[in-house]
Amino acid sequence: MLQFSVKRLFRGVLVILLVTFLVVVLLSLAPGSAASVILGENANPAEVARLEHEMGLDRSVFVQWLSWLGSAATGDLGTSPVTYQPVTTAILERLPVTLEIAFLALLIALVISIPLATIAARRPDSGVDRGINGLTSIFLAIPAFVAAPVLVYFLAVEARVFPVIGWDPLSEGLVANLRTAFLPALCVALIEVAAFQRILRADLGTTLREEYVEAARAKGMTARYVLWRHAFRPSSFSLLTVAGISLGRLIGGTIIVETFFSLPGIGQLVAGAISSRDIVMVQGVVAFVAVAYVLVNTLIDVGYGMLDPRVRVAAAR
Amino acid sequence: MSAESVAGSVAAPVVSPVRRRRNVLVWLSTAWILLVIVVTVFAGVLPFADYGVPVGLPRADPSGDFHQLLGLDGQGRSVLSRLVYGARVSLLVGVIAGTVATVIGMVLGLIAGYFRGIADTIIMYVTDALLAFPPLVLLLAISSILRPSFYTLLIGLTTLVIPTFARLARANTLNWASREFVLAARNMGWGPFRIAFREVLPNVIPSVLAYFPTVVAALIVAEGSLSFLGLGVPSPTPSWGSMIADGKDYLRTDPFLVFVPAAAIFLTVFALNQCGDYARHRFDRATRD
Repeated sequence: MLQFSVKRLFRGVLVILLVTFLVVVLLSLAPGSAASVILGENANPAEVARLEHEMGLDRSVFVQWLSWLGSAATGDLGTSPVTYQPVTTAILERLPVTLEIAFLALLIALVISIPLATIAARRPDSGVDRGINGLTSIFLAIPAFVAAPVLVYFLAVEARVFPVIGWDPLSEGLVANLRTAFLPALCVALIEVAAFQRILRADLGTTLREEYVEAARAKGMTARYVLWRHAFRPSSFSLLTVAGISLGRLIGGTIIVETFFSLPGIGQLVAGAISSRDIVMVQGVVAFVAVAYVLVNTLIDVGYGMLDPRVRVAAAR
Repeated sequence: MSAESVAGSVAAPVVSPVRRRRNVLVWLSTAWILLVIVVTVFAGVLPFADYGVPVGLPRADPSGDFHQLLGLDGQGRSVLSRLVYGARVSLLVGVIAGTVATVIGMVLGLIAGYFRGIADTIIMYVTDALLAFPPLVLLLAISSILRPSFYTLLIGLTTLVIPTFARLARANTLNWASREFVLAARNMGWGPFRIAFREVLPNVIPSVLAYFPTVVAALIVAEGSLSFLGLGVPSPTPSWGSMIADGKDYLRTDPFLVFVPAAAIFLTVFALNQCGDYARHRFDRATRD
């Protein structure tokens, strides 16, 4: 077990190093360095070169990466040359909004997909199963940028259930906060429903054919009891992994809804930084999101091994 | 699946038949995709209005007039013609990026899966690192370096899906490389490259290509997301994502400006996913449980 966890963690750390290196390389390719952004378009080349030297931008990419890693390890991701705000502060200020949207979306997707999957699995290959599959296919074809304006039109403009745009922080009360968070979360959740429903439906289908399920049924337990108490837990591991992967995707995917609903989250931060060519900020946010994504997935893989003994055995072999 | 593993597993394997009932949805989906392809290919010779020039009053409602069939946008341009030319961008980007990524990814996956060793380790770590970026974040990072253009989009989207195809090809290669016919080829004295490309690759291709429609659908969504954020193909060239972005300002009064491109994206992505599901069911059976 320990060996499996250590191996997985080691792999995670290596991927993180590679990810940060890619980010530094990628953004060093940008035309116009951070120095020329600070000094403006009409700066004279000598001054730009001097500032580049001061900022260490004339060093090799590898050295830049090492020094970036060094300061990142102490929590310093640099200071934006456009807003003069430290990148770490900007991220931490906006992280709660993005996390709330992402977790709420995950919750919505699970609440929709788990009942759909269990209902479908109880009657495999029936009309109900196919109907639910069709329904999730529809969800799968609704990306956030399509869902957002359409849902806003029906639920906010016409029905006036939700505000059209804007954000009420948690300090203004949970209800007010959720009213502004629900619609954006729903927009990014729809597309995830399909993946969740399918993976759980497939795993439940396999588990329900196991002999111990047959034995439980033979003992006269109700179908509902067998499904939830015997089949659900061993079938939920792939769902857990997929949910972890989608959490990372959701954190990145909130960019669309944060821009559309003007929510003060990380997505809006990076979108703004790109339009103002704030390379330091883009670098910091992209690295942060990617590292968070790898961390979440690594931890889930390790946790998965703790929950399901079969993984440990397979890994030890 | 070997006889041992069948006997070893508790649950009886259920292998669904290759030919299921003719699926009406798949036929309709294919018809829609063909329609979109034909209309976009012949957009130039069909009598559509110029997508960049106003043909009437801004935001005119849909009417019987051919150019106004789906109404006019905020600048009085024909929504119908913008929809058709927008399809051109979405489809071209999706298909070209998908094709290039399939070829590159397949070769990388084949090398990783057949030769293993150091090449495998490097390719797997790099794909892991690329897959560690949430798709849209990677695209944003790329478009922050390069100025938004058709080629920037292509580069970004191709990079985005190469890892997916490399993974798929590697998994399939691992599956086929241990078969008897590969051993036979080796005993006949064939070189490793000849075996990899002549014996293994032909078996890997159908399984990997089965994912092509689904990946193109994902690419169309990614392109739409970028255009929605204003980082896609620069204006006045229309794209479905930028049409939604433009139309959302008039949501209160003229929702059709959003609904029309939204419906187009929905139908196309839905149709591609249906074809993808069918293709995977039909051609990707080797690695299925």
